[in-house]
Amino acid sequence: MTPPTLIFAVGNESRGDDALAPLLLRRLDAWLKKEARSADFELIEDFQLQVEHAMDMAGRKMVLFIDAGMDTPIPYAFYRAQAGDARTPYSHALTPEAVLAVYPQIYQNAPPPAFILCIRGEQFELGSPLSPAADSHLDSAMDFMKQLLQETEAMAWEIQAQQQATGDTIKHEACRTQ
Amino acid sequence: MTDQRDSLETATHPENLRRVVIDPVSRVEGHGKVTLLLDENDRVHQVRLHIVEFRGFEKFIQGRPYWEAPVMVQRLCGICPVSHHIAASKAMDMIVGATLTPTAEKVRRLMHYGQILQSHALHFFHLSSPDLLFGFDSDVAKRNIVGIAAAYPEIAKQGVLLRKYGQEVIRVTAGKRIHGTGSIPGGVNKNVSIEERDYLLNDIEQIVTWSQESVGIAQQLFAQNLDLYSNFGRFKSHTLNLVRADGALDLYHGGLRARDMNGDTLFDHYDYRRYWDMIFEDVKPWSYMKFPFLRSLGPETGWYRVGPLTRVTQCDFIPSPLAEEQRKTFLAFDNGKAAGATLGFHWARMIEMLHAAELIKELLHDPDLQGSDLVNTGKRQERGVGVIEAPRGTLIHHYKVDEHDQIIRCNLIVSTTHNNQAMNEAIRQVARQYIDGRKLTEGLLNHIEVAIRAFDPCLSCATHALGKMPLEIELLDVEGSMLSKLTRSAGGVFRDDLGPNVSRAMPDMVGIAHPTKTL
Repeated sequence: MTPPTLIFAVGNESRGDDALAPLLLRRLDAWLKKEARSADFELIEDFQLQVEHAMDMAGRKMVLFIDAGMDTPIPYAFYRAQAGDARTPYSHALTPEAVLAVYPQIYQNAPPPAFILCIRGEQFELGSPLSPAADSHLDSAMDFMKQLLQETEAMAWEIQAQQQATGDTIKHEACRTQ
Repeated sequence: MTDQRDSLETATHPENLRRVVIDPVSRVEGHGKVTLLLDENDRVHQVRLHIVEFRGFEKFIQGRPYWEAPVMVQRLCGICPVSHHIAASKAMDMIVGATLTPTAEKVRRLMHYGQILQSHALHFFHLSSPDLLFGFDSDVAKRNIVGIAAAYPEIAKQGVLLRKYGQEVIRVTAGKRIHGTGSIPGGVNKNVSIEERDYLLNDIEQIVTWSQESVGIAQQLFAQNLDLYSNFGRFKSHTLNLVRADGALDLYHGGLRARDMNGDTLFDHYDYRRYWDMIFEDVKPWSYMKFPFLRSLGPETGWYRVGPLTRVTQCDFIPSPLAEEQRKTFLAFDNGKAAGATLGFHWARMIEMLHAAELIKELLHDPDLQGSDLVNTGKRQERGVGVIEAPRGTLIHHYKVDEHDQIIRCNLIVSTTHNNQAMNEAIRQVARQYIDGRKLTEGLLNHIEVAIRAFDPCLSCATHALGKMPLEIELLDVEGSMLSKLTRSAGGVFRDDLGPNVSRAMPDMVGIAHPTKTL
């Protein structure tokens, strides 16, 4: 059976704080096993998002994209992702919004509700370890995830996202408009 | 046009010229930007593609044990980790003195062809098709993959499924979706089981058919826009590629072939293990990225072009029947003009995708894939060089390993570096053809991006780019005051931030791009 919730973690562990999402995914994996809830979640890690990731979303109740961000509010931002598209002239990577836009190309219907957890990173140099600040943001993000995953309905996640937006509109918009 | 403006590489008096910068900023070091210097009459005096090349990896890998290299190098590039995985493995084959077993070589080839298939599909269907199907200066709001899905739903879907199939070939041969460990020094660590083979065989006929149809789309685009496609950014160049001993296209192994811009052979079947005898890397003060050149011709005129267009036009034949038939059609089309066109890259890329699909099918029927003789070793060497034809062109990995098995030196020449000067030539030609003497618009600037995109450059995509790399062009007066700012949002929509109305014609002023936020 397809686990109802899919969590993508996007990042390169050899690039400093770009490791935030893979590291959070590993913590989540351990926590879900401890809580005996692994069957309800599929965790996928990759360097970049690509078109075929849309196919991983089929049959899910909801999807979460976790990534590190450079100008993201401290310690993280959580918000609803909407389908959209932007080609990046000098990159092959897709945004979560672009992956959502690919979904109906394959399945002729709307993708499942999707959300983004963007964790603030500070430096992304090759070979660098996780920065102390990012390490702290990782702890905060893990605390948030434990709380978020208590909810198993997209509507509850939507409320969480709206609460973040209401609590700190400026921060939320800063992440959304990038 | 004055003599000084002939090359468009360096303006005589740049201080008197307006500067326009196209600068999408990524959050990591790898990105490219284009600068144009224009005079008061909008005549172009200088055009440069600056690529902040990713060089840190060569230091990063030093001190690591050699057997880690095939896995570690995958962190070099988020889009073509498999190419680096295989090139590093070939170099390490030399280090361990191994000649590959048939099973090892065929599993690696299968992995490589999966990479070619998925990479070419992504480029054609997702990155380039909006320009090619709608037009370079069509409505920017439509010129994206969402627009393609609406107007050409079957094409969009096939692009995704072709890419997915290539990724599945990689997963089966490399052992997992990312951080694959399938290829190791001296061989591979797994074969392809009967179940895995049958799984891939399920869809291969469809993949070959779709690949064939994709070549047809590329040909149709040329036929419908003959003058544009044949002449857009057209320039002559020398070429460099690998060929098999019999002159056939071989993407995994072979000798180096270089031809001059008239088609005369400079060297052929040259042993790539001594590539440095033939190729040297020049530096230019305005770019961090090196400019490789053929030693025999020197740095000024010895630059060359690599990649699908070179490979398909410079091989003697393609050793798979459907792709070979398409190669002949391509070479003969419009009296050979398509084979020399910058946009010919797209057609050649689809021919290679068909070739890769045919080879995958052929290999899946080869019982050697199920062999159990996976690894060989021989006399240990201190130097290893691995060269393959990656999706974007010739990829060179060169390592030196000490007696403690640690890598002490590494040199990589990636495909995009080989094409550095060629991409500059292409955008200069586009500037001459479409921008010189005209008011800039977003559509005209997109012509520059179309030319760059034809090469499918991979600018240090060592990490993903969730940040959407928005594009900003700020137009300043001579005192530095901002008069207009043109912004392309994540959704691809341009807006003039200083005015309520969209203004896609750019004022006649100095433009400076500023870094923009990324997620």
